[in-house]
Amino acid sequence: MDRILFGDNQFFGVNHMSEEKARAQLLRFNTTQSIINVLDSALDLGIKTFMCTTHDQVADICDHVRAHPDRYADFEFYPCMPYAYKYANAITDLGIVGALRKFVLGDLIGMAYRGSKAIAMRDFTELMLLLVDTEMKMFRGLKTGVIFIQNITVDLMLGLGLREPFVAFAQHVKTKYGAEPGFQTMNLPLLLQVLEECGIENPIVCSSINKIGFRMCGGLEAYDRTIRLKRFRPIAMSIFASGALAPKEAIEHVCSYKEIESIVFGASTRTHIQETKELIEVLSR
Amino acid sequence: MIRAAVIGLGRMGISHAAIANTHPDVDLVGICDVSTFMLSALRQYSAAPCFDDYRKMIEETRPDCVFIATPTSTHADVLRYVMERDLHVFVEKPFCFRLEDGRDMVEMAKQKNLVNQVGYHLRFIAAFNEAKRLLDEGAIGDVYHFMAETYGPLVLHKSASWRGKKSEAGGCLNDYASHAINLVNYFIGVPDAVGGTVLKNIYSREVEDAVYATLVFNNGCTGQLAVNWSDETHRKMTNQMTLMGSTGKIVVDRQECRIYLRGKNGFEDLSPGWNVKYTTELTKPTWFYLRGEEYSAQIDYFVDHVMTRKTDNVNSFSTALETDFVINMLRSDAKTLG
Repeated sequence: MDRILFGDNQFFGVNHMSEEKARAQLLRFNTTQSIINVLDSALDLGIKTFMCTTHDQVADICDHVRAHPDRYADFEFYPCMPYAYKYANAITDLGIVGALRKFVLGDLIGMAYRGSKAIAMRDFTELMLLLVDTEMKMFRGLKTGVIFIQNITVDLMLGLGLREPFVAFAQHVKTKYGAEPGFQTMNLPLLLQVLEECGIENPIVCSSINKIGFRMCGGLEAYDRTIRLKRFRPIAMSIFASGALAPKEAIEHVCSYKEIESIVFGASTRTHIQETKELIEVLSR
Repeated sequence: MIRAAVIGLGRMGISHAAIANTHPDVDLVGICDVSTFMLSALRQYSAAPCFDDYRKMIEETRPDCVFIATPTSTHADVLRYVMERDLHVFVEKPFCFRLEDGRDMVEMAKQKNLVNQVGYHLRFIAAFNEAKRLLDEGAIGDVYHFMAETYGPLVLHKSASWRGKKSEAGGCLNDYASHAINLVNYFIGVPDAVGGTVLKNIYSREVEDAVYATLVFNNGCTGQLAVNWSDETHRKMTNQMTLMGSTGKIVVDRQECRIYLRGKNGFEDLSPGWNVKYTTELTKPTWFYLRGEEYSAQIDYFVDHVMTRKTDNVNSFSTALETDFVINMLRSDAKTLG
């Protein structure tokens, strides 16, 4: 994994600090081209990995990247799935079975055997893998070195005590996509304990890591111990605690952990991307 | 340790089950749903035993408390059953379909001295509580007008779920507007009258998708309610309260509490003019995070009350009944407009 990964929250109206800022960002990134322009800036500055949810607009970005293979020869996606609100709203609207019908059964012609069997067996793992395949369609022909399950799903499975789906997901992305499995979580210490029990070795885990303990369940001390003692490949997200920390202070904290392999951040302008990248590079030395 | 069970495994029930299951003081002894699909999925892997009949689950697992997250129209029956068995109860909002049922439930919980909490999770968002504290401390003087707004992308076409059905107490007024009304009751009090209520159908046939109304208080305060669950310009449900006071103004949502103070004097750590308090500085950490700290916080609060047998909890049946009462006022008023 690269040291610096580019995130996507700013493109899709996700701002944990201010709903007003989130709406302003939605206005600013109302076209796919406006997102591509920022991705291009990041790429020009040497940030080659885009860690993104499987939002509908990402499919358009994928089309653009496929259409310009020379420009994006080094460009890589780290898909995070599912885009939770797409499913959560559908579940509320259509019920769980209705939502599955909407997202999965539409693809059944292509995956008739596996799909119908999954519904018939009512096998949760099979269905989950089917959803992964559905979401992965938009990335066909593109580099996807790490495929993540998004934190709402990871933490829901974690909470319910589901174990097998983690293992099945890890195997599936390795065998079918030649990718590394990744896990996003807000509950790092608990997740690592469970992944260890599942026999998933040295997992890639992306979690909030910041100086003030924002969205770090278990607390700063538990995170500190986990990062220093557990064998895993950490990616730090929410390093600025949604803007509560000054850039230098925030990055200093994350860079003080030699164990942290990558840092993901999002930014909307070339200047901001450049400043953050330079700070990370200087403070990582 | 307390023994807990979850009835109803829709979006909220599943979330409650996951959060309760990780709580250090909770033993999740059973989960229950009528959907064979949900059950078979969970039966395969879940740590908790699964049931398709809540009565059987309660008989067999003997919980101390239950979480009820079934459709609203079923709340009264389930509540009656579990309270007859002296179980502490957390029930999803809105509280009861019929006011008479709500009154009975309040009485029953009181007589049996049971912890009785309703899932108005906004009450566990630090920014709203900070706004309420500032209001009570008089930071913006007397409130003369407010705007209570809730918008989101829940129903964007004719809905097939129970939320789109009148017979199952669906509709934007019961579902989305109840949050805004509950906040109004918390911040200002129960309105004395309502007027100009519009219940608007946008995509649904049987139920309203938007609610607009004016709320009036005997002390002269007035407010506007604007709720729309068919607004896809919002990524998820957003709630905002704007409170206009004689000496200032507060605009609060789940992320931030913005306070404007008139004149030259500050208040506590606030300066004249605009101030912002952010969720990052206000929110207390939780042991487990699923969809927001408030969902964990409300369960932790409930568990604490069950363990210590304190029945003076916030989001009690009686406050939820007040929300149901305002919902009824609005529904009657809308009829007068035709």
